[in-house]
Amino acid sequence: MTPNTPSPLTLPARAPLLSRGGWAAFLVALILVCAVAPVLNMAVPEGSAFHLSDYMVGLIGKIMCYAICALAMDLIWGYTGILSLGHGLFFALGGYMMGMYLMRQIGRDGSYKSDLPDFMVFLDWKELPWHWALSGSFVATLVLIVAVPALLAFVFGWFAFRSRIKGVYFSIITQALTVAAMLLFFRNETGFGGNNGFTDFKRILGIPIATQEMRMLLFVLTGATLLGFFLLARWLVGSKYGRVLQAIRDAESRVMFSGYNPLPYKLSIWIISAVMCGVAGALYVPQVGIINPGEMSPANSIEIAIWAAVGGRATLVGPIIGAFLVNGAKSWLTVAAPEYWLFFLGGLFIVVTLFLPNGVVGLVRQLRRGKPVTAPAAAAAERSLESEAGEDVPPSVGPQATALPGQGARA
Amino acid sequence: MTRPFRAAPRWRPLRAAWRGCALMLLALLLAPGAWALTAEQALKMATGDGEDRVQAINEAVLDADDRTRAFIDALSNDAVKASDKAAFVMEGDQATDPVTGAKVKLPDDAEDVINNNFLRSALDAAKAALQLHSEDEATRAAAAAALMKDPDESRLPLIDRALAAEKSPAVRDRLELARATTLLASHDAAKRLQAAEALQLARSPDIKLLLNEQLSHEDDPKVKAAIQAAIAKINEGLAWGDRLGVLFTGASLGSILLLAALGLAITYGLMGVINMAHGELIMIGAYATYVMQVLFQRYLPDSAFGWYLVAAVPVSFLASALVGAVLERGVIRFLYGRPLETLLATWGISLVLIQSVRSLFGAQNVGVENPSWMSGGWQVLPNLMLPYNRLVIIGFAAVVLAGVAFLISRTRLGLFVRGVTQNRPIASCMGVNTARIDTYAFALGSGIAGLAGCALSQVGNVGPDLGQSYIVDSFMVVVLGGVGQLAGTVYAALGLGLANKLLEGWTGAVLAKIAVLVFIIVFIQKRPQGIFALKGREA
Repeated sequence: MTPNTPSPLTLPARAPLLSRGGWAAFLVALILVCAVAPVLNMAVPEGSAFHLSDYMVGLIGKIMCYAICALAMDLIWGYTGILSLGHGLFFALGGYMMGMYLMRQIGRDGSYKSDLPDFMVFLDWKELPWHWALSGSFVATLVLIVAVPALLAFVFGWFAFRSRIKGVYFSIITQALTVAAMLLFFRNETGFGGNNGFTDFKRILGIPIATQEMRMLLFVLTGATLLGFFLLARWLVGSKYGRVLQAIRDAESRVMFSGYNPLPYKLSIWIISAVMCGVAGALYVPQVGIINPGEMSPANSIEIAIWAAVGGRATLVGPIIGAFLVNGAKSWLTVAAPEYWLFFLGGLFIVVTLFLPNGVVGLVRQLRRGKPVTAPAAAAAERSLESEAGEDVPPSVGPQATALPGQGARA
Repeated sequence: MTRPFRAAPRWRPLRAAWRGCALMLLALLLAPGAWALTAEQALKMATGDGEDRVQAINEAVLDADDRTRAFIDALSNDAVKASDKAAFVMEGDQATDPVTGAKVKLPDDAEDVINNNFLRSALDAAKAALQLHSEDEATRAAAAAALMKDPDESRLPLIDRALAAEKSPAVRDRLELARATTLLASHDAAKRLQAAEALQLARSPDIKLLLNEQLSHEDDPKVKAAIQAAIAKINEGLAWGDRLGVLFTGASLGSILLLAALGLAITYGLMGVINMAHGELIMIGAYATYVMQVLFQRYLPDSAFGWYLVAAVPVSFLASALVGAVLERGVIRFLYGRPLETLLATWGISLVLIQSVRSLFGAQNVGVENPSWMSGGWQVLPNLMLPYNRLVIIGFAAVVLAGVAFLISRTRLGLFVRGVTQNRPIASCMGVNTARIDTYAFALGSGIAGLAGCALSQVGNVGPDLGQSYIVDSFMVVVLGGVGQLAGTVYAALGLGLANKLLEGWTGAVLAKIAVLVFIIVFIQKRPQGIFALKGREA
């Protein structure tokens, strides 16, 4: 996009992917995940204070999958300003693709000793339905894990962004899509195991899945994926592409007046985000050992948003921290005081939106700078949100288009 | 297995034929000297082979007096003992003579009379037959209907006698039908033909079933044709009932969606607040209704119970409105103009509300009863019954809609609400306290959600998750109808309700719901402003 007239403006030089300290922290994280955790889990004896229990391995592995989702949510919401309430669907789709492969890997070891997965025998099906055709091959499964969420995201996003559906409208129709998919997957006839989904996995690539080594391998793989996606996101956000995304978030009309077409930007980041969620789902299923349509419930998708918000939107470390904080609290509270978990989660939604617009990371940064909470950072966030509000409403909607900016100014 | 003396084709299970022939004979023998229950009769009805007992019961019904009635009642209540010589009606531990009613001593060999299912249905039919001469018109009509269910030629004289005595045209119609169904079971082809022709006028799925059953073993071609014609006629009549039934359930669902979405049309449509806790405000209204029910049960006499719902209407409105006002003051007003944040914060509120209700009332569903004046229904066609509770809800939705329309378009508060939503700074300049109007408008929208909850408690389960199932639907209605539009909300709610029910008949409930959701998603792509967008300079 070269301007027609020479401009005196010089674009800032591209920042390095990570600062020196950043790289150090990244390396530490990588070593922790790939070396320290396995050693603590497998080599350190069980009685030792440093032993990492299998339960903790499972829990952290699960949370790392959630962190990938939060990262994906951050790319689309924190950086592009599009709140998706349908990321649970992409997560579940990735999980289902992996689940199909794992179901086929059970082979004849199911309770009906049939070539078909148990639930099909139960439904009296004689052969695999068409959409199971590729489920026997691991390579095809890997392709599908990426392709299916990408395709759905492309079709849905292309139509939605082309008609310039924005803001809350977009959020609500993504939620409707997720609900529709959930209802569809609940049906036995859809061929995904209905209510019960897939479970009782035995092997992956012919190797038993429930062993400690396999669990550790999946854990390391998840951690590496998370760190890889973090670098990818960092690279995307730092590039010119990322700048345009943030410009779209802050003032989409201005971006258009500057000669950019927002459609390919929004669509591509939407697809990248969906694929990240799909991969997270595919890593999640073999570790947790079950996938069912409950993963598509609207509540799950909204929870992804709160992970990102708690950690801090428009920061890349934030969503990962948020996912660990919220899910850590969840696994502790649902055991210690189950009746207070929803109060805590609900309160978190309210407190974060009211008092922590930049999340935990933003709070830490402000404290470090020693400035009060109503510092320019918060004001800037407010401003960007204001313009977001002004653009949220389709221009053709009558009274609101005039009403909302006023409200924004008041807020 | 054909009977040698019967010329007519085989037409009914053998047992019925036996019973029919034998009874006719017996009836002829007994007819001149009609007498009331005898000890011998009572014994026959109580002991012996099942077939014989049924025969005795049917025979006794033909000439029943109060004693017979009491004895048959006692039989069906398992309050009869019998020895080899006599039957006794038991009143607690005391035996009485069925004929005289005098207390007698129970012989040692008397045993309980056991009734199997076959006998029970015979007893039920007998009881129905006995009621054909009841004083109450409704009882007679019910008795005639009961006889239709289990036609037996032996009761033909009984029906004929009842027909002769009957004055009410409605009951006469029923009796004629009962007579025709009984005749249909006759072994005389001419009678069956006559019956098939008479049954053309019936519009009931039961009769259709009966005709189909008869058709399957009918071998007289004329009768066969007549039965087929009758079935076709009945189908025609039933089709209307079915169609109207679908329309009615669609309208009923539409009215529920309308109630659920109407509050949202104010908070989201007019004010632009994304309130994900709207479903929970509905739930609070439903629980307010439940609380009123419990209060009425506990502190007021039973006769007042029917009025609890009337009292619950304002209470549920106020409960939800109060919660709504607190939410607006406490959280939402800080988030005006930040819809995505509002969405998340109100979602958090909804979680808190769900858990609060769970802690207060328990996680299980609570039972809300219909008051007696709302149970039952209006039988429009034989296969179309409109339940009163659904009718009341449709009416209630209309009243609430009219009230909201009036409030928004005719009152001072409505004027302020419209003014503030259209141009906040100017409204403020004119001296309107915009912050207060926001609170009022939000409380109003919440209160209407409470009314929806009050209505929903009458047709569905009331539990902490009640609201979750309506939130997506409500938003769909508002978005489809067009933001800022009450009329659009009405059309969208009714349209979605009807579309859902029509599709349901065709594809099943889940696919219908999916189809409707996908339709809305596609529709919004084409027309993001909804069906009824406001036309203005911005458009």
